[in-house]
Amino acid sequence: MLGLGADRLRADMNRLLAFLFHQGVLDEQFLQLQQLQDESSPNFVSEVVNIYFHESEKLLRNLRGLVLEREFSDYKRMGIHLNQLIGSSSSIGAKRLTNICVAFRAASDQNNPTACLRALELLEHDYCYLKNKLHEFFQIEQQRVMAAGVRYPIQN
Amino acid sequence: MARNGVSSRRKRSDLIEEDFDEFLPSDPRDVHVLAVDDSLVDRTVIEQLLKISSCKVTAVDSGRRALQFLGLDEEKASVGFDGLKVDMIITDYCMPGMTGYELLKIIKGSSNFREIPVVIMSSENVLARIDRCLEEGAEDFIVKPVKLSDVKRLKDYMFGDDRVQGGINKRKSPESSDPSSSTSQPSTTSSSPAPSSSPQSSDLSSSTSLPSITSSSPASSSSPRSSDSSPLQPSCSPTSLDSPTQRLKMTHFVDEDVEIVIL
Repeated sequence: MLGLGADRLRADMNRLLAFLFHQGVLDEQFLQLQQLQDESSPNFVSEVVNIYFHESEKLLRNLRGLVLEREFSDYKRMGIHLNQLIGSSSSIGAKRLTNICVAFRAASDQNNPTACLRALELLEHDYCYLKNKLHEFFQIEQQRVMAAGVRYPIQN
Repeated sequence: MARNGVSSRRKRSDLIEEDFDEFLPSDPRDVHVLAVDDSLVDRTVIEQLLKISSCKVTAVDSGRRALQFLGLDEEKASVGFDGLKVDMIITDYCMPGMTGYELLKIIKGSSNFREIPVVIMSSENVLARIDRCLEEGAEDFIVKPVKLSDVKRLKDYMFGDDRVQGGINKRKSPESSDPSSSTSQPSTTSSSPAPSSSPQSSDLSSSTSLPSITSSSPASSSSPRSSDSSPLQPSCSPTSLDSPTQRLKMTHFVDEDVEIVIL
């Protein structure tokens, strides 16, 4: 029965991923990361994603500070942060966030404060969404690993 | 996973301790790549991409550190540090301080290191940038995000497939301590299709070494950034990878019945 549990959990993971792909939240680059995971690096994907979250949150805080700046908006710095966020988001397959950042960068290139604020809000919202979904994904994976692991002694 | 059975994926600290006075990698089949990227996420990914492809990796976060590692940084007296042989350098283009382009120029301007193939990565697919890098002697230009097939393609056309060499040969080769040849391609293993004089890095107009610009893997038909694959290789498909990877060739994500294999 536990073996079935692991398979069911795997199906759940697949379904969640397919859903995120269908929504355009993730793209094939996320699959590339999975190809890099193996016995010697069994947690590679979650490790990279966690590094991404950690780095991104710093960048998002900086962006928020820059956008909400009353006196003078440092669009150049915004651009620099956005370039970093675009790069790392695309490296992990976070397609939607990448696209939002590209639009955000265009708004900052045009020195448009309203558009920048809107882009920031969208970015923060979608970032939270992605983070929640990926946490869910990794939680299911953890459960699946445990379910698959418990099964083996019983088979013996 | 398909990897050379004897690949030693050791950390840099191990390399320094164990190989400091050994001029050859302990497994001559292992290609040693110096990866340069200021982004921690990208550095982590490229490092794993290379390790999975049976390369030894040293990952640094700036051009400056890359030069220090090679022993080219003038400000630091790096006596005796040039023993760690680097077979390839892969660097991001956009980095604060020294760009990948500037690093490329310095490498190609160095008599000791200009033979090392340098590959540039960039998230921007700008033709002028690509041309500039190729003109300066870059071996190849990869549009990010980098994929496994990109790394495999690079490794295959630069270093050939498994360079069979009888057994693991740990002895120091006399010519490897000579600075002018220490950076040449693995010339001690004669089964490599690339001749030891490394034509790839010298004359870019040569038809045998046309660099290619890749931005998508053959498995994907959905990437808007697709460009032509390498003229050198009839197909970029990762044929030597195991079936779990083959099963990951996905082209459509339209409904819940799509099967995605989780490793």
